[in-house]
Amino acid sequence: MALIRDLAVQFAEMLLVLALAPGLVGLVRKAKARLTRRRGASIIQPYRDLLRLIRKEVVLAENASWLFRVAPYVIFAATWVAAALVPTFATGLMFSWSADLIAIIALLASARFFLALAGMDVGTSFGGIGASREVMIASLAEPAMLMIVFTLALIVGSTQLATIAGFMNSAAVGLRVSLGLALFALIIVAIAENARIPVDNPATHLELTMVHEAMVLEYSGRHLAVIELAAALKLLLYVSLIACIFAPWGLAGPEAGLAAALIGVLTYVAKLAVGGVLLAVFETAIAKMRVFRVPQFIGAALMLGLLATLLRFFSGSL
Amino acid sequence: MSLVVVLACVGVLLVASVLGIGTARTRAGTPLVYGVSLAACTVALVAALGQLLSNAAAPALVLPLALPWLGAHFRIDALAAFFLVVVDLGGSAASLYALGYGTHESAPQRVLPFYPAFLAGMNLVVLADDAFTFLLCWEFMSLTSWALVMSHHRDADNRRAGYIYLVMASFGTFALMLAFGLLAGPTGGYAFEVMRTGQHGPLIAALVLTLVLLGAGSKAGLVPLHVWLPLAHPAAPSHVSALMSGVMTKVAVYGFIRIVLDLLGTPSWWSSMAVLTLAGITTVMGVLYALMQHDLKRLLAYHTVENIGIVFIGLGLALGFKAYAMPLAAALALTAALFHVFNHSLFKSLLFFGAGSVLTATGERDMERLGGLIHRMPLAAFAFLVGCAAISALPPLNGFVSEWLTFQAILLSPAVPQWGLKILVPGVGALLALSAALAAACFVKAYGVTFLGRPRTPVAEKATETDRFSLVAMFTLAALCLLAGILPGFVIDALAPVSQALIGSRVPVQASDPWLTIVPIAASRSSYDGLLVFVFIGLAGLTTAMAIHRFASHALRRSAAWDCGFPDPSPATQYTAASFAQPIRRVYGTLAFRARERVEMPPPGDARPAVLHVSLRDLVWDWFYAPVEGAVATAAGRLNQFQFLTIRKYLSLVFALLVILLLVLAIWL
Repeated sequence: MALIRDLAVQFAEMLLVLALAPGLVGLVRKAKARLTRRRGASIIQPYRDLLRLIRKEVVLAENASWLFRVAPYVIFAATWVAAALVPTFATGLMFSWSADLIAIIALLASARFFLALAGMDVGTSFGGIGASREVMIASLAEPAMLMIVFTLALIVGSTQLATIAGFMNSAAVGLRVSLGLALFALIIVAIAENARIPVDNPATHLELTMVHEAMVLEYSGRHLAVIELAAALKLLLYVSLIACIFAPWGLAGPEAGLAAALIGVLTYVAKLAVGGVLLAVFETAIAKMRVFRVPQFIGAALMLGLLATLLRFFSGSL
Repeated sequence: MSLVVVLACVGVLLVASVLGIGTARTRAGTPLVYGVSLAACTVALVAALGQLLSNAAAPALVLPLALPWLGAHFRIDALAAFFLVVVDLGGSAASLYALGYGTHESAPQRVLPFYPAFLAGMNLVVLADDAFTFLLCWEFMSLTSWALVMSHHRDADNRRAGYIYLVMASFGTFALMLAFGLLAGPTGGYAFEVMRTGQHGPLIAALVLTLVLLGAGSKAGLVPLHVWLPLAHPAAPSHVSALMSGVMTKVAVYGFIRIVLDLLGTPSWWSSMAVLTLAGITTVMGVLYALMQHDLKRLLAYHTVENIGIVFIGLGLALGFKAYAMPLAAALALTAALFHVFNHSLFKSLLFFGAGSVLTATGERDMERLGGLIHRMPLAAFAFLVGCAAISALPPLNGFVSEWLTFQAILLSPAVPQWGLKILVPGVGALLALSAALAAACFVKAYGVTFLGRPRTPVAEKATETDRFSLVAMFTLAALCLLAGILPGFVIDALAPVSQALIGSRVPVQASDPWLTIVPIAASRSSYDGLLVFVFIGLAGLTTAMAIHRFASHALRRSAAWDCGFPDPSPATQYTAASFAQPIRRVYGTLAFRARERVEMPPPGDARPAVLHVSLRDLVWDWFYAPVEGAVATAAGRLNQFQFLTIRKYLSLVFALLVILLLVLAIWL
């Protein structure tokens, strides 16, 4: 019985993240539009876009290989598995032990690896520029993320996300300098990884500064739908990650009943909404950076993460 | 029993070497030599694996060879058994690959006699149980591999590579000889079991560590001793490159472990700091060098330097933990390092095989002249992709598991009471994380430029799929990469006897964990399940694909590439290896290589094209090697005048020297 319940929770989680991801993107777009005094499309517009895309035919470049056609599914699967391993509304996920936070980051790295390869597959200059910039950004964002993981792991004594969330929800955590640095670094990494302003602009198409959009330029139809959904899932994953580490309130415990789970879902949706609006405010307030200013921006995250880790090596209380 | 079997296999390899001399010019030579090598290595592999898994008492043997009062000692303990597995697995794969690849060899008489001898040499180094035999076999291994590097000696680059390799290899052997001399002490106990019992003061220990880092480190490719490696490894035929990069560097790691962790006794904190510092620099510099290359084989060779850095990070941590009596943490760090040794031997061989197949199919190693090979050689491209993903430490493949274990070991280090190490280890962790991300960038570049996109030259357009033997070898290694990634618990358990012998502790038994999860310390601390992650990704991907194909439109139309409305038919407009690396060159290269870019823009009205000049400096060469080279040249110039003296002057010189020596003796005594 317990097994069935655990499985149900795990599947509910997988479907929940999938169902909410385009909504989050819609919310961010809507909030940005309102902040710039536009009406903006409805929050459910991304769902409509996805539906429209899967109904359209695929226009495939002549020399696209099998990798180009398989990559969307690989990217999506890796991102989905990573998102499903983050505690969103409950910590007692059945398979949360199968991958710790380091593995979740590595799963996202797998998705990025295939995305960059797909960008290079057709052999256009835009695909190459996107891929080469993406790996440059990742080469800084990934170590910064690992430094954040180190900090958390040294505070909590575990790299398991559920254990970390449980610890952060307890009274033992206290106010720590290293956690503040880690939060700051994590926000920078999240912005960079999700190709948001000021690192990349998700709304442009004909601009030499684009990174993510340049890689997926040749995709169309159902392939593009899967890739867009994966990108939305990744945004949701990072917001959930920040929420579950730095705002773990309302998470249902391992043995919680239905009521606790419902509270968990509601608080989770509220946290997503707050995160989405904050992101929109931030993006509206800041300008896009030149691409070679980006390393300094993400380098700051790396340094903050390293500083936080060093603090932890020196003192148990900072 | 296993020792006799392995020694017999070594004998067979030496016979094959002799056979190679006779049959090299005949049609039967290639299949004969490689077939015999394959058989011998496979038998030795099974014997070594049996020895490692059975955990039986280490068989030892003394043969009346070499020095008459010493004899040649051979022994297979757990450490040797593990490295024999690595050597012979790599050897079997390379021999299988060479059954196909070797038929394209233009000068088989320069390869066939040395190839089995090289394999025999590597086996013998691991088997040796006294200093004399070890050094003899080490030098034999170096010289046979040198001969293979020189097999295409008409190319001036290869000759230079061979020369630098010979100098560095002799220097390394010399350093190791001095290290063994210090370990043996004034009594001269050259057998390893005698050395193991010796007590060494801190000065001797520091000297031995320095000499081993110079000797084994130069063979393994630690920065700044790596300079020969990216020249020599690509110069050899590809199956030999695979052996040199995938296996011979591991024999060097074996030498380091054998001396520092086994013979030298309890390490101290500064040995750990020295190793960690070098390893951290090696890791990042190796991958940055690799990113700057556009020669596929040289890129792979530079990347070996990075992986050696990762292995040495694990070893450095193991030394530190052992020094502070933290056996569990030390066992974890050592296991991580050995796991990475095993992994790297798999995927680096696989990648070199792939590069060899590309070389056979197109005659090109320069990525800028390749492209689009995924259409022409789909199977080789698939295997190469698996290797790229594995070496980039992507789950669920094997490279991720060993890096994950190394990270777990790093996270245990705050408990070390030494402040220097406390500051150093997070920095090394950051360097490791940086190199992991850069490695992914490096292999996106290698794969994307070589196999994806459009063909850049006619030879790339006309490439054909590689032969069956090569494909079998590549797919076997790719399958092993996946297996070691999804079932890492079995590998960790197989490594337990090694850490038990060297550290006195082991990582907890993994095979009994539910769902084949690996739990290096405790379940509440960290766990990873490659199998489940693999199954989940597979299921999620399949479900999505099925759902999409059920509900989405099936229409598909081939058309010209979109490229934002400006498609250019010329393949020259694609991103090249150099342009792909440009952002990374700008971010890291300005510091690491003093990279400078200069655009030469002709004045308005001038029809000449604009030119972009990029200059990179190899600082390691400029700082460490150029001064030595200059000093040697100056000294040689000065001494040159002694070559043209009259006989009277020579006689007086000899007389003066004799007087000085007698004076020294008189004062000394």
